[in-house]
Amino acid sequence: MEIKIKVNGKDYTKEVSPMTTLAQFLREHMSLTGTHIGCDTSSCGACTITMNGDAVKSCTILAVQASGSEITTIEGMSTNGELHPIQAAFKEHHGLQCGFCTPGMVMTAADILKNNPNPSEEEIRHGLEGNFCRCTGYHNIVKSIQHASQNLNA
Amino acid sequence: MTTNYIGKPIKRREDNRFLTGKGKYTDDIKLPGMLHAAFVRSPYAHAQLVSIDIKAAQEAPGVIAVYTGEDECGTYGVPCGWQVDFKNGDTMKEPPHPLLAKGRALHVGENVVVVIAETLQQARDAADLVDVEYEELPAVTNPRLAVKDGAPQVHPDAPNNTVFDWEIGNPKSEVDAAIDGSHHVTKLDFKNQRLAPNAIEPRSYIADYDSNGDRWTLYTSTQNPHLIRLLMCAFVLGIPEHKVRIVSYDVGGGFGSKIYHYTEEALLTWASKQIGRPIKWTSDRTEAFYTDAHGRDYCTTAEMGFDAEGNITALRVHSEANLGAYLSTFSTACPTYLHGTLAQGCYTTPLINIDITAAFTHTNPVDAYRGAGRPEITYILEHLMDTAALEMGIDPAELRFKNFIEPFDGVDQPGYQTQVALQYDSGNYHGTLKRALEMVDYENFRKEQAASRDSGKLLGIGLSTYIEGCGIAPSAVVGSLGARAGLYEVGHVRIQPTGKVSVFTGSHSHGQGHETAYAQFVADRLGISMDDVEIHHGDTDQVAFGMGTYGSRSLAVGGSAIMRSLDKVIEKGAKIAAHKLEAAEADLDFVEGQYKVKGTDKAIAFGDIALTAYVPHDYPEGLEPGLDFSSFYDPANFTYPFGCHIAVVEVDQDTGKVTIKRFIAVDDVGNVINPMIVDGQIHGGVVQGIGQALLEGVSYDEGGQMITGSYMDYAMPRADDVPFIETDRTTTPCPHNPLGVKGAGEAGAIGSTPAIANAVMDAISHIAIRDIQMPLTPERVWRAMQPD
Repeated sequence: MEIKIKVNGKDYTKEVSPMTTLAQFLREHMSLTGTHIGCDTSSCGACTITMNGDAVKSCTILAVQASGSEITTIEGMSTNGELHPIQAAFKEHHGLQCGFCTPGMVMTAADILKNNPNPSEEEIRHGLEGNFCRCTGYHNIVKSIQHASQNLNA
Repeated sequence: MTTNYIGKPIKRREDNRFLTGKGKYTDDIKLPGMLHAAFVRSPYAHAQLVSIDIKAAQEAPGVIAVYTGEDECGTYGVPCGWQVDFKNGDTMKEPPHPLLAKGRALHVGENVVVVIAETLQQARDAADLVDVEYEELPAVTNPRLAVKDGAPQVHPDAPNNTVFDWEIGNPKSEVDAAIDGSHHVTKLDFKNQRLAPNAIEPRSYIADYDSNGDRWTLYTSTQNPHLIRLLMCAFVLGIPEHKVRIVSYDVGGGFGSKIYHYTEEALLTWASKQIGRPIKWTSDRTEAFYTDAHGRDYCTTAEMGFDAEGNITALRVHSEANLGAYLSTFSTACPTYLHGTLAQGCYTTPLINIDITAAFTHTNPVDAYRGAGRPEITYILEHLMDTAALEMGIDPAELRFKNFIEPFDGVDQPGYQTQVALQYDSGNYHGTLKRALEMVDYENFRKEQAASRDSGKLLGIGLSTYIEGCGIAPSAVVGSLGARAGLYEVGHVRIQPTGKVSVFTGSHSHGQGHETAYAQFVADRLGISMDDVEIHHGDTDQVAFGMGTYGSRSLAVGGSAIMRSLDKVIEKGAKIAAHKLEAAEADLDFVEGQYKVKGTDKAIAFGDIALTAYVPHDYPEGLEPGLDFSSFYDPANFTYPFGCHIAVVEVDQDTGKVTIKRFIAVDDVGNVINPMIVDGQIHGGVVQGIGQALLEGVSYDEGGQMITGSYMDYAMPRADDVPFIETDRTTTPCPHNPLGVKGAGEAGAIGSTPAIANAVMDAISHIAIRDIQMPLTPERVWRAMQPD
C-alpha cells in the first residue's frame, strides 16, 4: 500500500505491506535505526517517536495508520549537528549508559515537557512510566529532564 | 602520572552517537543478500519429540532452508566453561547442549527447528507451518525438589538431577558443633528467586560466510567477542579460529546475559556456510524471557550462631542451586567460586561451611546475572544479621561494628585471610557503615520510626554491609578451581607517528563508558590531551585477544593491561629521548608529556618522540622503530570492593505496599577514574537489586510453563517505583593493580537487595519478626502483618 508521510521534516511517498509497523517502517524503509525495538508489545518504550507532536510507541502503530502524519524520530531532534536541549541535558547529566532505551527516553521527555514545562520529580517519574531503562536506575534520566526543563524555560 | 582527567566527571564521548540515534547495534546492520531466521521453540518444559514435519515450511514462499536436530547442526553443542567436581572427586555431570533439540525438549523455549527465509515475516510465517508432535512428559522446576528421589529426570546420566555437590570452608563437624553450642542461632529458610536479566536490547546475531575468502563474520550482541570466537570455533563447530571475525559494536546492556555463547550464534554461523548468505536473527522479548540465561534461583537454609555478647560463632549454609536444563558457559562457577568464597563477608566469623548441590531442572539455563553468586551470599549474610539483631534485641549497626574485620590496607597491614579460601586485598568496613549512618541520621530515624507506628504508615530501616570479589581473576587460581579459560586481559597501545594514540582493549563496553574512562587514564599516563586518544573494542580483527567484560573486571584487569603497555611505550620512548637529548636514560623523568633531563631545562615532548620512532633517521643504534605495544595482564588477586547500603521504607499497614523513602549507598570501589560513571553504575545496580527485593521473579507453573514471559507479567522497576539514590564513597585503593581500582559494576545489585528486605522486616517488627519471601509484594507483606 502507498503511504504519504512526513518524517523529520521531509515528505515521503512509500510502498509498504499492510502488516508493517511504524517502527519497522522507520528502521527498514527509512534506515532510521535510532528507533529501537525492545519488546514489540508497547511495554518498553524504546521505540517511542512523536506523531503529530504526541509521543507514541511506533511498534504498535501500523505504517499505513501513520499515513498523512508528521513523524519526528530521534534523528530529527538535533539540528545542524547541535544537540537539542533535552539531548544535551542527557549528556550533561549522564542520563544514558548503553544507549538502547535512550531515543525513546528523549522522545518521551520531549512529550512530558511539551505538556508540562515545569514538571515535578513525581510528574517526571510518572511520565516515564512507559519506558524501561535497565542501566541507569532512572536517577540521571530524571535529573536530565529536570535540567532540560530549566534550560528550555530559561 | 598527571591527573588532569583521572577522578573527574568527564562527559562521555560515546553519548553523541547514542543521543542522535547513530548507535550501531547488531540489529541496525543490514547486509546485502541477508536472510532472516525464525525458531520453532518447545511449548513444553519436557517433551518427547515424536515427529517433526517441515515439508509445508520448506515449500512456503521465500523459504531457503529448514533445519532440525536431525541435520548436521544437531550434532554440535555448546560447552560449559567451568568444571566443578563432586565432593568425592567425580567430574560434574555435563550432558551435551545441542544447537537444536534432539529426541526431547528440556525447557520451554528450547530451539527445536530453525527456518531461514528471505524476509523475517516469511521466516515467521513458515515457522508456523512446522508441525511438531510432542508427547508431554513430567517436569520439575524447583531445585530442592529436583534432587529428591523420584523427581522427573532431566538427563538420564545425571541421577537425582545432580550436576555436582560441593562445599567450602571449615569441616562440617566443627561448624555443626559450634552452631549447636551457640548462645543464639538465627535460621532462615528461603528462595532467592529466579530473575530475568532483561537487557533492553534483545540478543541479535548476523552470521556472514564469505566463500571467496572462506571466512566468517559473526556480528553479535556479546560482552566478550574473543571468548565467543574461541568457544564457537574450537569447542562447537571445529572451524579455524583465524578465519572467524566477531564484531560487537554497540551492545544495549548485558548484565551478564550476553557473556555466554548461545546456541543461536553457532547455529547461524553454521547455516550461513551451508546457504552461502548472511543470516540475521534478533530475539523478540518473549524469546528473551525463554532463552536469555536467567539469574539467581537458590533454595537456601542458612544458620548463624552467636555468643551471648553477639559475636558470630559460626555460619552454616546449605543451598540447592538451579542451573536449568543445560549448563550455560559460567553457570557452574556462580553458586560455588563466586558465592561460597564470599561467605566471610565483612565479618570475623571463625567457622564457616557452605554446602551446595547444583541441580538440573526443566527450566531455562541459569548463569551469572549482575553480581553472580555474590548477591545471593550477601543476601544470606545481611538478612541473617538484621534478623539476628531483631531477635537478640541488639542494634543492627552495633552488631556489625562488633563483628567487622578491622581496617587493613594490604600494604602496611596484610590482606585478610578468610575461612573460605580467599585473601581480601584491602578494606575498611567500619568507614562505609559510619558514613552511611551519618547520611541517614540514624539516631533521629529511630525516634521518627517510633512515632510512625501510631499512624499506620510504618517506617523501617535496613542495613547491608557487603563485600564482593571482582577483577576476575588470576588465571592459575581459577584454573585450579576448574575454569577452562584464563582470565587475564589484553591491552594494546599503538602510538601513531603524529603522537595520536589508538588503544585496543579486550574489554567490552555495553554501557560502562570505556571510550571515555579508558581515555582519561591513558591521556594522564602520557600527559597528553584526551582528544588524542581513541579506544577500540568489540572487533576480534582489531584487538589481539581478550576475555571481555563481566565481574566488574574491565578497569581492574583490562585497564591494567593498557597500563602495562603504556609503561612499555614510555620505557622505549625514554631510550629515544636519551639519544635525542644526549643524556643517560637514568637521568630522564617523564612528566606532563615530556621527557626532561633532571636538574636542567632540557626536554623533549612525547609527540616528537613518537615521530622519531616512526622516522628513525637520528635514532639509537639497535633499537627497533615504532611505538606499539601489547600486553597481557594476569591479575595477582581478585579485588574486593565493599560498602554499606541503607534503605528507609514505609509500609502501608492496610495494604502491605512498600514505598522506598530513601536509599543510601556508600561504596568503596578503590580509586575512581570517572565519578560520574561510577555513580551511574551504582544507581543502576541498586535499582536492579530493588527490583529483586520488591518486584521481579520468573515463575513457572507446576508443569514447567513460564508464566512470566512478557513485560505484562514480569514486573521490572519503572521510574516511579524508585527514589533518587543518595551516593557517597570512601576510598581504599586496591594494593595490587597499577590504577588502584576495584570495580563498580555489580556493587549496587549486591548491596541493595538485603537492605530493602531488612527495612521491610524492621518496619513490621513490632508486630512480628518474620522473614518474607522475595519479591516482597504487597500481598506477602500484608500477610506477614496478620496474626497467626
